[in-house]
Amino acid sequence: MKSVLLKTQGITKYFHDPYTFQVLKDIDMEVYKGEFLSLVGKSGSGKSTLLYLLSTMDMDFGGKLNINSEELTGKSPDYLARFRNEHIGFVFQFHFLLPEFTALENVMIPALKLGKFSEAKIKTKAMEKLDLLGIADQASKVSSKLSGGQQQRVAIARALINDPLIIMGDEPTGNLDSINSKIVFDTFKRLTRDLGQTIIAVTHDEDFASRTDRTIEMKDGKITS
Amino acid sequence: MNVILTIAKTHLLSKPKQTLVAMLGVTFGIGMFIMMISLMTGLNNFTEDLTKISSADIRLYKDVTEPRSTILDRIHPIGLNHVHSVKPKNESDKIRNARQIAEILREDPEIIGVAPRLTSQVFYNFGPVKLNGSVAGVDILEEDKLFNLSSKMKAGSLSALITTSNGLIIGSGLAKKLSAKLGDLLILTTPQGVTYSMKVVGIFQLGLGEIDNVRSYSNISTVQKLLGKDAGYITDLNIKTTDYRSAKLKAEKIQATFGEKAEDWETANSTLLAGAIIRDIMTYSVSITLLIVAGFGIYNILNMTIYNKMKDIAILKATGFAAKDVTAIFLTQSLIIGLLGSLMGLIMGFVFSLLLAQVPFDGGELLALDSLPINFDPQYYVIGIVFGVLTTALAGWIPSRKAGYIDPIEIIRGI
Repeated sequence: MKSVLLKTQGITKYFHDPYTFQVLKDIDMEVYKGEFLSLVGKSGSGKSTLLYLLSTMDMDFGGKLNINSEELTGKSPDYLARFRNEHIGFVFQFHFLLPEFTALENVMIPALKLGKFSEAKIKTKAMEKLDLLGIADQASKVSSKLSGGQQQRVAIARALINDPLIIMGDEPTGNLDSINSKIVFDTFKRLTRDLGQTIIAVTHDEDFASRTDRTIEMKDGKITS
Repeated sequence: MNVILTIAKTHLLSKPKQTLVAMLGVTFGIGMFIMMISLMTGLNNFTEDLTKISSADIRLYKDVTEPRSTILDRIHPIGLNHVHSVKPKNESDKIRNARQIAEILREDPEIIGVAPRLTSQVFYNFGPVKLNGSVAGVDILEEDKLFNLSSKMKAGSLSALITTSNGLIIGSGLAKKLSAKLGDLLILTTPQGVTYSMKVVGIFQLGLGEIDNVRSYSNISTVQKLLGKDAGYITDLNIKTTDYRSAKLKAEKIQATFGEKAEDWETANSTLLAGAIIRDIMTYSVSITLLIVAGFGIYNILNMTIYNKMKDIAILKATGFAAKDVTAIFLTQSLIIGLLGSLMGLIMGFVFSLLLAQVPFDGGELLALDSLPINFDPQYYVIGIVFGVLTTALAGWIPSRKAGYIDPIEIIRGI
């Protein structure tokens, strides 16, 4: 029996600039606990926009969003920031680390913000995550000095640090060569298989999508399959 | 350590030059403020001290120059009266019942001392030298309580005046001009033509040329004799209050109670003190200008930092930092700049004030002053740091708030 972790009801979204345009049309979807879901579609199909809505960063839409049986529409931005911090891990196409901080500090910052554990505990946890991603030896390097693949793995470690309900990836392999892409994909696969981690990834890489548990395809703001 | 503080610190340390420049802006602003305010308030206090030497907190006297109504006005108050050639009445400037008034005033808890005084114009003759001046008949012990005369004696003593009925304590400038020493006999001539031989028993120096060059002190009874007046003849009562700042109010009360003119020290020296207000206005306007310039510097630098850190802000917001956290990160940076910059400014201001205090300044014959008077009151250092931190907080708050409202999706998409 698969339990539903994330559920949307009739999500619609408009862009108003430069002219009004409906980018998402009545999206109903469910994400199950522990699955590796990919969102595919041509550029402009609304897949990234949908991911940002699911991540609670963009709450300017019609319809309902429910994560872990909690209704999130209408919550205050501060509450949502806290929710993201605790329950959602994000991996972007461009690695998006804080350049002045070391790899370890980058991983630690969301946990320090959450403030659930002591700094020493967080440090051990961060080292565990880096070790899981195979880059524990790079921990004390300033993140701007790491290679692209290493940076993306640090970003995944950061997404994992607060043991989130869901990891969301926006073209997580889009900017990586085939070797690093494989490493990132395998890492995701391993996380779902071994740790039961739920992952939603937007991608236009068909090979990537075909190897995930389930694929949702989007076209012109609608789910087609 | 708090994660917001850590991030703010890392941002500042990653661009040390930029941070230092922003700090120096505040440092110069606050440093100049401290320096200027130390000099200006130093000068203000100095002038105030000068006025305190020459005048008591409150002086009670009979004002004979006050315009008086004519008899015609009194018997025919309505209608248009015109009296030609009104001449001043021959009025005595004696305060009626001066000693009783003094006794009543001494019982007031707000009053520390009351010194009666009787002043007369005189010529000092010593050998061939003839000098114009004035002699003040005083109760020397009361006078000492008010003006601290005993600390200003160059030679002789106050008590000698009490034991010598024709004794005279003369100003240092006067002594120099007359080349008179202790024990010398001076001939005093009053405007009424009375001459009197007096013995120098002391020499004082108040540090104010206009007094030291003309004034001498004598016993009140001696001056009464000199003027041919009775023992109740007193023209002035000098009053010292516990709080000289509120002398003006007290003077009004005393005037209302006793019906004689009571003048406070501020009114008596209004011309001297007018400069103080102008100096204050100058100091604050220059300092505020400097701080505004420093504030704009911080505003610019923070705006630039935030522009460069758009990506970082997007990541922070995506990983769960709320708008207020992002604002706090940048506001903390400007507050650190403000606080450290102000502290350095205080040190700079203090060092420059120390240097200024060494600058030789010749007060001439008028003022006993050999270097610039500088005030080191810590109160202005507190004002300085509050000022500095407030300006930077305000200058930092505007761009910081903007940073908090940055939409992370726009940044993430835009790349």
